[in-house]
Amino acid sequence: MKTKVRYFALFRDQTGCSSETIAWPGGSAAELFQMMAEKHSALKTEAAALVAVNDEMAGWETVLNDDDEVLFFPPVAGG
Amino acid sequence: MSFSVSDTAIDVAAARKAVADNSCGALVVFEGWIRDHNEGQEVERLEYEVYRPVAEKEGSRIIDEAIERFGISHAVCIHREGLLELGEVAVIVCVSSPHRGEAFDACRYIIDQTKTRLPIWKKEHYITGISEWVSCEYCAAAGHSHGEHQHE
Repeated sequence: MKTKVRYFALFRDQTGCSSETIAWPGGSAAELFQMMAEKHSALKTEAAALVAVNDEMAGWETVLNDDDEVLFFPPVAGG
Repeated sequence: MSFSVSDTAIDVAAARKAVADNSCGALVVFEGWIRDHNEGQEVERLEYEVYRPVAEKEGSRIIDEAIERFGISHAVCIHREGLLELGEVAVIVCVSSPHRGEAFDACRYIIDQTKTRLPIWKKEHYITGISEWVSCEYCAAAGHSHGEHQHE
């Protein structure tokens, strides 16, 4: 299936890209992160990161659907 | 809008007025300021990146939770984005309620949740000319939630 992945702040700087569309067998947000971490060594662990799907905050266990847009947020630091 | 993001200076007087209510005897305000140092580095300015579509939705949820949980009358939170100079207000939380106890608790809840749940990142620009994204290394290393220790 097809998934658009977007990177923000530190993740964008470290991967050198703000978004990419990939074709993969499908799975959870965590599985997608781990797959992308193999491509981009800067993406070390999702433990302190957050994920959103189609502009809604989501859990790493969320199973993705075809054409979902997945947002990978590095550790946040508001305030 | 109870939660909003601003790319211009926060109007503190307007934020206070937004929660004004004659049935309230307490107003608690928290302002987060840009300070000149962090972890041994001298800071010259700060840059905030905000992903608005999610930050605005999730920020409004935090305000709704505070109203529900603490029974306060009104709350607003405004967060800056873009480049900020020392002393500028980066974030403001205003809470009004009939009595002070719940206003203090709700204000603390809103700022704590804002710092840990919203897609907002800050880049510190040091006087050395170097700039760096700020993240909590302790959390990143431990992979735990922020509920277990306090940030400044």
